[in-house]
Amino acid sequence: MYIDPHVHMVSRTTDDYQRMALAGCVAITEPAFWAGYDRSCAQGFVDYFGQLTDSEPKRAAQFGICHHTWLCINPKESEDIGLAREVLAEIPKFLDRRNVLGIGEIGLNKNSRNELVVLEEHIALAKSRNLLILVHTPHLEDKMKGTRIIMDAIVSHGVDPGRVLIDHVEEHTVRAVLDRGFWAGMTLYPDTKCTPQRATDIFEMHGTDRLWINSAADWGISDPLAVPKCREEMRARGHLEQTIRKVSFDNPKQFLSQSPNFRVV
Amino acid sequence: MSIPLTSNQVVDRYFLEHRAKALDIAAFLDRFDRAATAEGVATSATTTDVRVGALAAALDLVRDGQPDRARRMLELWSDHSVDPIASAHTKGAIGAVPLNARDRT
Repeated sequence: MYIDPHVHMVSRTTDDYQRMALAGCVAITEPAFWAGYDRSCAQGFVDYFGQLTDSEPKRAAQFGICHHTWLCINPKESEDIGLAREVLAEIPKFLDRRNVLGIGEIGLNKNSRNELVVLEEHIALAKSRNLLILVHTPHLEDKMKGTRIIMDAIVSHGVDPGRVLIDHVEEHTVRAVLDRGFWAGMTLYPDTKCTPQRATDIFEMHGTDRLWINSAADWGISDPLAVPKCREEMRARGHLEQTIRKVSFDNPKQFLSQSPNFRVV
Repeated sequence: MSIPLTSNQVVDRYFLEHRAKALDIAAFLDRFDRAATAEGVATSATTTDVRVGALAAALDLVRDGQPDRARRMLELWSDHSVDPIASAHTKGAIGAVPLNARDRT
């Protein structure tokens, strides 16, 4: 039994739900993200939020998987502050829907000034509604710098780091995230971010507290079964079943249960 | 939480996988050089391509015998500047920054 706390099922086939359920997935959370193209208007996001809060939970339920979501305009579309503010104005209309956990995945992409402005407005919204936050950290060469700027912004708004998950950490960012009291997520990708082997290395070097794994499977090169594959990597090395359960079920359940909307049955 | 494997078990379990990855790097550089030679441009030893230069620098790091190679490699490829950039002109990242200009703003 496991939870995949970051997966973009709108980009995946129903066969993937079936395979995830067979592998033991009982709950997922799906952050709002970039569709691979820029939406032309705020109404495009409204339709997407409807998909995330209505259509997708029904599709997941067919396979016994509890579906939850996070809402935002993602950092890749935050350079246009005007559009971002139109989308931000729409988000509160969806926050009372029963599968919404909080605001995400917010963060930075290229670490620009406009991205930071939009990030801070999302943080303010989350704080005003006492919502959990799921953070996207930038890709590749931009990750280390962006992770620091994001953490500074969250702390400066007085948000409790224990209610924030900083995602996509790697060897050069995980320690700083945990040391500042945040939760941290490792994304398991074939080419970028972490492999199951490196994620297991990071558990061995940094412990298992406030740390989880996810597939972040989407429309790109990714694997919706990455979490069970990492569980198998840990098992093959001889790690205890209770340790494997902690990082793939207990930890996400503990963090996500801070939202009254989270459930696993 | 320590690693449950012995050093011999690490080698037994992972050597062939990483032997293949090392060969892939060698073949990539060979491929780059064959293409560069055919074009009459700089090969991997002197190229100005940031990514190839970053890869070569990382290979030096792999062989330095010091711990935390993965963390240090990621730091080597990272932007070390502090302030947000004025605006984002692209959405993508290429995987490395110029080694002589890592503090770009």
